[in-house]
Amino acid sequence: MDKFGVAQSQKYDVYASRLLPREEYFTSGHRSCQGCGEALAVRWVCKALGKEAVIAHATGCMEIVSSGLPQTAWMHPWLHVAFENTAAVASGIEAGFKILSRKGKWPGRLPKVVAMGGDGGTSDIGLQALSGAMERGHNFTYICWDNEAYMNTGIQRSSSTPYGAMTTTSPPGKRSIGQATWKKNMVAIAVAHGVPYVATASPSYVFDLYFKIKKAIETPGPAYVHVLCVCPTGWRSATDLTVRLGRLAVETAVFPLYEVVNGKYRLTVEVPKIRPVKDYFRLQGRFRHLREPEINFIQRQVTSQYELLLKKCEAAYPEFPVISHTEESQEGA
Amino acid sequence: MVQRAHGPRLTAHGLRDKGQAVLLQGNEAMVEGALAAGCRFFAGYPITPATEISEMMSRRLPALGGTFIQMEDEIASLGAVIGASLAGAKAMTATSGPGFSLMQENLGFACMAEVPCVIVNVMRGGPSTGLPTHVSQGDVQQARWGTHGDHPIIVLAVATTRDCFEVTVQAFNLSEKYRTPVIILSDEVVAHTREKIVLPPPATFEVVDRLRPNMPPEWYIPYEDTPRGVPPMAVFGDGYRYHVTGLVHDVHGFPTERPDEIVPFLNRLHRKISQHFGDIQLVQDYLAADAEVLVIAYGSVARSAKRAVNYARDRGVKAGLSKLITLWPFPRRLLEPHLRRVRAVLVPELNFGQISREVKRINQGQTRVEKLNRLDGNLITPEEILERLVKL
Repeated sequence: MDKFGVAQSQKYDVYASRLLPREEYFTSGHRSCQGCGEALAVRWVCKALGKEAVIAHATGCMEIVSSGLPQTAWMHPWLHVAFENTAAVASGIEAGFKILSRKGKWPGRLPKVVAMGGDGGTSDIGLQALSGAMERGHNFTYICWDNEAYMNTGIQRSSSTPYGAMTTTSPPGKRSIGQATWKKNMVAIAVAHGVPYVATASPSYVFDLYFKIKKAIETPGPAYVHVLCVCPTGWRSATDLTVRLGRLAVETAVFPLYEVVNGKYRLTVEVPKIRPVKDYFRLQGRFRHLREPEINFIQRQVTSQYELLLKKCEAAYPEFPVISHTEESQEGA
Repeated sequence: MVQRAHGPRLTAHGLRDKGQAVLLQGNEAMVEGALAAGCRFFAGYPITPATEISEMMSRRLPALGGTFIQMEDEIASLGAVIGASLAGAKAMTATSGPGFSLMQENLGFACMAEVPCVIVNVMRGGPSTGLPTHVSQGDVQQARWGTHGDHPIIVLAVATTRDCFEVTVQAFNLSEKYRTPVIILSDEVVAHTREKIVLPPPATFEVVDRLRPNMPPEWYIPYEDTPRGVPPMAVFGDGYRYHVTGLVHDVHGFPTERPDEIVPFLNRLHRKISQHFGDIQLVQDYLAADAEVLVIAYGSVARSAKRAVNYARDRGVKAGLSKLITLWPFPRRLLEPHLRRVRAVLVPELNFGQISREVKRINQGQTRVEKLNRLDGNLITPEEILERLVKL
């Protein structure tokens, strides 16, 4: 598994906000919605990337809101590519730099190559290009902004939309619960490619996010970071609850934060007591139609998924929420 | 009426006997048209400005016993539509420029395997991501020649919300009649303009279903060279032996490399469209019979052109309009009589002149053809057309 090696620096456990860079590489003035979790994530990711990076960005929310001339928010060399080929373009950039370096035409260190895309551009239309780039082993970092639907075109379901969520193309009704499939496990797909560094992150845990990105870009070979970005517009949640919802996603084990280094799982944020998913769903309009039995069904799935992850991470079992037996029997009715 | 394999005949929800006046945008009217024509399968992928078609299909189809699937990209969307059509459903997908580019390979497959399906392309500014929220008519030649190889195709254009309903029904009919993919070119202005239209009662318009084989299974030849050129189409599971391939195939559907089988097959593929031009080619003339200057327009521009023609008549200029519904095969026989008569022709378009070059091709020096192009993402105004008309 370790054909690529690991990131060399060891300074990933210093938690001090004053040590984080003050430079802004994703500047204010962009046109994202109020309370956008994605813009928050991009800001901290760009800080972690540092000055020397080239970014290829898929079509998506962040491309639209941040790059309208003359107001581009990006300080990095940045190119917007088509929807499906971000990883392929990043592969080309990386290979181009490599050959320039080999010919001695690129003085100094090579810039970091970063590909970014939304959940649709990553797990749906861009999966083929991403899989190819990871398989070829380009030295690049892929960052997925996962806001769990196609928010740019107006909240359509993606394969990353969680079970039961309402979107405009998975409307709940008499014959539909909303999204009828489970969220695609992109992290497991990336791990299955034998990628040296894979992680999940959330802008609600800024240090965790920051250090994971640092590790990802320093890792030789491909790295994949899946960032959960709360979207108040699409999730139908209050704009001041963005950070709170990001934390709840982790505390309810809906979106656990962990990393996989050369195939070895490690839980980076351990939650001593798991909160019920109801706490997370309650604040979002997209889950408003779910009734008690459906929420319990989801709760059981989330718990069993988390238990599997804990086994992989060899982490201690936390306290899980209790599902009453009476409610369980209602589900079959 | 033939009983469809996918269930009893259902009228679209909301279609009443006397017709119903509704306020709809073009995209929504297209959904109504598709449902009224019997479409019960939709696979799509979100893209501005075609997303509303997917959204409305996702709400409407389950209630009518149909299927809506959101696919992982446009390649898969058209793939699913082809599969659904082979399984017997009337199927449709909707997209815009970038997605339409992704669909091209499957579009060629649908032509080759003669799979009826309807593809809506709501045109936006291009190339590439282009101008996602602005109007354009840049995909006209792509709709004709986008997929590789010499292939026949039917392309229809819509100009009004009412067109969106009627042309969609027409598109399904042509696609079922001639076993061919039909492309509807809409544009951002038509798609998002809200208008009152009267949804006609189901009995007032014709709905055509594909010809199904009724012979014993051992007699069935799936790609038989019939005089009409359109062999009956068996649904998967009907008991008829049926091989579907994108390779050039013989009358039984199996790949062939024999010149004496390739030529008749490709000839039939083109003939089934070319010998029915009279049925396929549609042009709406407005004050064109006595016109001295003619505007040839399609899509949203046709509406500006109509007003410009009215203005011109008010000023004493004998102007007329030929609004193209069928873009491909290009309605040569319907336009030639006008070209022989009029003093000049103006072709306003939201591109560098993709239809005007066709008009020039069929004109062959009979009259003067001028073009009026706009590429800034805005609609050509009636005043702009009028200004040119009075000088012609």
